[in-house]
Amino acid sequence: MMKEKRKSSSPLQQGLRDGVPIGLGYFAVAFSLGIAARRAGLTAFQGFLTSALINASAGEYAGFKFIEENATYLAAAIMTLVANARYFLMSCALSQKITPDTPLRHRFLLGFYITDEFFGITIARREFDPVYTYGAVLFAAPCWAVGTALGIIAGNLLPAFLVSALSVALYGMFLAIIIPPARQNKIVGVFVLIGFALSFLASRLPLLANVSDGTKTIVLTLVISAAAAALFPVKEEADDEA
Amino acid sequence: MKHNVYIYILIMALVTFAIRVLPLTLIRKKIKNRFVRSLLYYIPYVTLAVMTFPAIMDATRSPLAGAAALALGIVLAWFGAGLFKVSAACCILVLVLELFLVK
Repeated sequence: MMKEKRKSSSPLQQGLRDGVPIGLGYFAVAFSLGIAARRAGLTAFQGFLTSALINASAGEYAGFKFIEENATYLAAAIMTLVANARYFLMSCALSQKITPDTPLRHRFLLGFYITDEFFGITIARREFDPVYTYGAVLFAAPCWAVGTALGIIAGNLLPAFLVSALSVALYGMFLAIIIPPARQNKIVGVFVLIGFALSFLASRLPLLANVSDGTKTIVLTLVISAAAAALFPVKEEADDEA
Repeated sequence: MKHNVYIYILIMALVTFAIRVLPLTLIRKKIKNRFVRSLLYYIPYVTLAVMTFPAIMDATRSPLAGAAALALGIVLAWFGAGLFKVSAACCILVLVLELFLVK
């Protein structure tokens, strides 16, 4: 992903350049997310606002599901907490990377834009420079927000076969996030499989037919993760790299 | 009663912002409790797995096409393809398969 940069370009330019492939991916996935938002009854403006404020694929997707189900605000808050828990870890890791004298405004802004990709490029770069990250954000974040709004609009206009095909882009992004660590760490891989299996069971068991999808997601996530944490606690440094 | 969409968005935005910014601002120490650290480590993978399957089969017109996209996505991501490639390949596979699977 990261290529050698020409020495002459500024951190902002380097960031912009690295933001282009990220932005293209975001646009495709956000479009797919917009289709889910439309199902929940959001307007294009509401979708744009959500994506501009939250910048989180799984978190927004889960939120749209909850809006669709007319869940309580508390349930939506808990689901957001669970779906976005990984950003907490990334923020912890980033707090070790940034220089101690980094002013508060940069801490707020960098935190606001922690996503898997922005975090990844910020950590991968040798010297820390928030301006580099902002360069990538400048290009890719608008792709995310505009893509969501266009997904909502186009979901109404596009033929059903295209909507069907585009709707899997979001799940492709989820897989791109969870599969590489599952390959590296067998325990993660096993619990990803257990997650697939129990989620499938929960969706098909007649006994649970009255429980909302959102509630199932929260309960399954917490139960399976707690089991993993109790049986296979991570070693001291395992969570530093997130 | 139908809840207000803007209140949902506000709640989601505040919770997400707090999660992302707290470690960078207030909590600058490492979390000591091993169970909590382990829980935080596993939650992201488990929740994304739970949200992906079987939802991917319900998102497409043909559940079989969704299942095939899942399998392809896992294989491509396993061999190191990035987010854009994995997503695009899944979309194209569904597009092609549904030509045959959906009448």
